[in-house]
Amino acid sequence: MYVAVKGGEKAIRNAHRLLAEVRRGDLGVPELSVAQIKEQMSLAVDRVMTEGSLYDRDLAALAIKQARGDLVEAIFLLRAFRTTLARFAISSPIDTSKMKAQRRISATFKDLPGGQVLGPTFDYTHRLLDFALMAEGKVPEAEKADAVDAAMPRVTDMLNNEGLIEREIADDEAVVADLTREPLDFPAERNLRLQNLARGDEGFLLAMGYSTQRGYGNSHPFAGEIRMGEVEVEIVPEELGFAISIGDIFVTECEMVNQFKGSATEAPKFTRGYGLAFGEAERKAMAMALVDRAMRARELGEEVKAPAQDEEFVLYHSDNVEASGFVQHLKLPHYVDFQGDLEMVRNLRAEQKQAELKMAGE
Amino acid sequence: MSMSHAQTLEGYNFAYLDEQTKRMIRRAILKAIAVPGYQVPFGSREMPLPYGWGTGGIQVTAGVIGQADTLKVIDQGADDTTNAVSIRHFFARTTGVKTTERTEEATIIQTRHRIPERSLSEGQVLVYQVPIPEPLRWLEPRETETRKMHALAEYGVMHVKLYEDIARFGRIATSYAYPVMVNGRYLMSPSPIPKFDNPKMDNMPALQLFGAGREKRIYAIPPYTKVESLDFEDHPFEVQKWDDCCALCGAQDSYLDEVITDDVGGRMFVCSDTDYCEDRRAQGHFGPLGQAAE
Repeated sequence: MYVAVKGGEKAIRNAHRLLAEVRRGDLGVPELSVAQIKEQMSLAVDRVMTEGSLYDRDLAALAIKQARGDLVEAIFLLRAFRTTLARFAISSPIDTSKMKAQRRISATFKDLPGGQVLGPTFDYTHRLLDFALMAEGKVPEAEKADAVDAAMPRVTDMLNNEGLIEREIADDEAVVADLTREPLDFPAERNLRLQNLARGDEGFLLAMGYSTQRGYGNSHPFAGEIRMGEVEVEIVPEELGFAISIGDIFVTECEMVNQFKGSATEAPKFTRGYGLAFGEAERKAMAMALVDRAMRARELGEEVKAPAQDEEFVLYHSDNVEASGFVQHLKLPHYVDFQGDLEMVRNLRAEQKQAELKMAGE
Repeated sequence: MSMSHAQTLEGYNFAYLDEQTKRMIRRAILKAIAVPGYQVPFGSREMPLPYGWGTGGIQVTAGVIGQADTLKVIDQGADDTTNAVSIRHFFARTTGVKTTERTEEATIIQTRHRIPERSLSEGQVLVYQVPIPEPLRWLEPRETETRKMHALAEYGVMHVKLYEDIARFGRIATSYAYPVMVNGRYLMSPSPIPKFDNPKMDNMPALQLFGAGREKRIYAIPPYTKVESLDFEDHPFEVQKWDDCCALCGAQDSYLDEVITDDVGGRMFVCSDTDYCEDRRAQGHFGPLGQAAE
């Protein structure tokens, strides 16, 4: 005898308890602390902060712990928390040319003012599993050059001085769109697109950026410059009227130098693609710069034919909190709708069968 | 059976969202009521429940709920489905308002995929969770295009789609999210409710609000508004019918869920609206497998 399935409440409670237990894992292994995640899983923390749109290393580390290392889930946790935060000021634009750079490379010039600084990179490591890490031990101290104090002008600024790259005019007064407060609207201006990309899923942007390199909207990119390091964040409180620093954030910036264009009336120039992310997030910043450039097709008079150039396609599908939620909602009950389709298909099949019988009878 | 929740979540505002955000949502709702069936873009927020799990409905409910309200939450018509339980619990924790499973007691009913069988009355608000608010989305993927089509009331493409169904299957083969025309002007998706529920939307005394969180749209049907399901003169709109009745309460007028009872084709049908079913059993009705509720 069928009994209506009751007890959803109890089942949920028990499932959550089980989750907590599984999260902790074997009690014989020491519990992971938020500080350990923050220090030793710092790239995961960076990704969660970037896509979670909240610069807070402690909360990002907590989210990673709570999410059992599922970064998209951690990003979701941080976003949901972010909703409840009051907005007390809008910062002035950060000035990355004043960055205390820990890493700065250019693929377009062999040497340049400020030099090439590798910093802590996976590049040029041989990807061999290091079994020594299985045993915990001390890390030998690295030899470091003194912090780079010398001026580190941007590569694009140097190109700009020669008129070789399209000019970007800074307008600190212009109103910047904010898709966390206003829904996406099209056509989307570049500031809005960049905000979307900054929060966008790294894997999605990586694939979209990659597609432009394989002929789906090629824009002949060069990594003009990648830099990462600390920049100061300033706000101008209305009652003071001058800028005060509220702290430093660590960011990764990528400026792509892309295919030139020109016309009978305009001398040829390189174009730009831009990427910026919290923390050390080079892959994300580079992919973002590629996609940014691809999506500028419309404003640069290029034909829009590849997915990465299509702003509705890219901007509507880049957010992993949205995507993950909607894909996974398919596991919610759909039996009412399915019943509707079931009834429809049964009827259609019955009708067809009847028609066949009638045909056979005639 | 009302439940009152004294314990609310500390550190969060009433109904989770801050007052400014709720005001923004209410403005969008007012605009939606003023233009029935029109999709109003709004600054949807990230909620602590996933997109696709009712964040639009949750934000609409959060926008309109007050301390004096009584909330009912259903999913697939039932109060005890896991997501309905989760959303009801969310509001119990963040507002402390009274919750109920009884349709008639509720001032706000948040729903996914169903309209309750019992007629709603003036003063009640039905909040739908909407995954894809755009009725034309499967015919035109671009938002820029569909907005233009709505502006021009250019809905021929939908009629062509329905006609193609008839040409191919001999009938309109849409069984849920069946498109409706609201107030003679806007084509609207009723959210994925079965077409069985479409007639209930017409001239409903209650206010109907639709929230799509991920797609960032709110729309509405004010009380006593004309809502027509699209059809053709020679192929009039029809709703689902079953040969069976509810196995528990014997109802023949309710939407039925199919329950598979064994692996050799055994099945039974029960009311999808659990409150309706219990109510009927309490009144002494019962079906072939049911008994009157205690």
